[in-house]
Amino acid sequence: MRMIDLITSQFPEVVSSPIEFRGETTLVVQPDRLIEVCTFLRDNPALQFDLLSDVSAIDHFPDHPRYAVNYHLYSLDNNRELRLKVWLDGEQPHVVSMTSVWPGANWHEREVWDLLGIYFDGHPDLRRIFLPEDFLGHPLRKDAAQFYEEPQFTHNFDLIESQKPYAKE
Amino acid sequence: MGLESKLGNMGIITARLEDVVNWGRTNAMWPLGFGLACCAIEMMSAQASHYDMSRFGMELMRASPRQADLMIVAGRVTRKMAPVLRRLYDQMPDPKWVLSMGDCASCGGVFNNYAIVQGVDEIVPVDVYVAGCPPRPEALIDGILKLHEQIRRSHPIKSDQEPIKV
Repeated sequence: MRMIDLITSQFPEVVSSPIEFRGETTLVVQPDRLIEVCTFLRDNPALQFDLLSDVSAIDHFPDHPRYAVNYHLYSLDNNRELRLKVWLDGEQPHVVSMTSVWPGANWHEREVWDLLGIYFDGHPDLRRIFLPEDFLGHPLRKDAAQFYEEPQFTHNFDLIESQKPYAKE
Repeated sequence: MGLESKLGNMGIITARLEDVVNWGRTNAMWPLGFGLACCAIEMMSAQASHYDMSRFGMELMRASPRQADLMIVAGRVTRKMAPVLRRLYDQMPDPKWVLSMGDCASCGGVFNNYAIVQGVDEIVPVDVYVAGCPPRPEALIDGILKLHEQIRRSHPIKSDQEPIKV
């Protein structure tokens, strides 16, 4: 049977709305039974999704639910790709960590925490990976502060010049 | 050639001390190549055989800041890298100069965001800015020659006393 039918028949309420677009398959998963679904996807001999290529997330700011965490899976033996989408919301969004299923998710989840602020429960070492440790905020959120410096033209040259922190020796 | 006529019988030439000091400083200025990103490739090709920087005295790029005179900041400096850059600048002994190579090191370049320092002159004092994305090796050599001219015109020996009048 088709791969999607195999998965949705095994987990009827948890996995829903399969989208197929130009050869890419996306499934939406409920966050509470995520580990079970992923263990099934990894261990089932017909599916064998043993490589987690990427963990990324999107912030759709004015809409609810706000965050969508995407897991990109790849099966080396069957040459198939799959995307799992988990919708999250709230001020401090959190989802269970994939490091117990695929250990390669460690640094991807650290990146998502660093840039978007989504907490991963059960992650062994969740800290910043790109930005300096004392950086405040999560810059890729849509309502984060923009560190944008005005370009200096002739009309605002002196104003920006006086505020720019030049190093003296 | 020209020098023998100045030597006379005793083999002594006289010159201003400032000129000799400046000549010594420019003629063997060893760069600390701080190659961070794409500008590093152009800096490497400026050091290589086609556009040779060894003609101007920069025979080798010292990896250690203790043995370098000129720090060429080539590439984007992230906010995480900024304290490291400052520490390496502090470890260089005097006299030292900084050349900011490329647009990202001079003004932030095309990146105007949370991660890139908008111009390395927020961290270290810069002597020469070389513009370009990336600047051609000839442009980098032109910047280095302008730095040499700037050093030749400077007055390293300061005397704050009045000259003795007889």
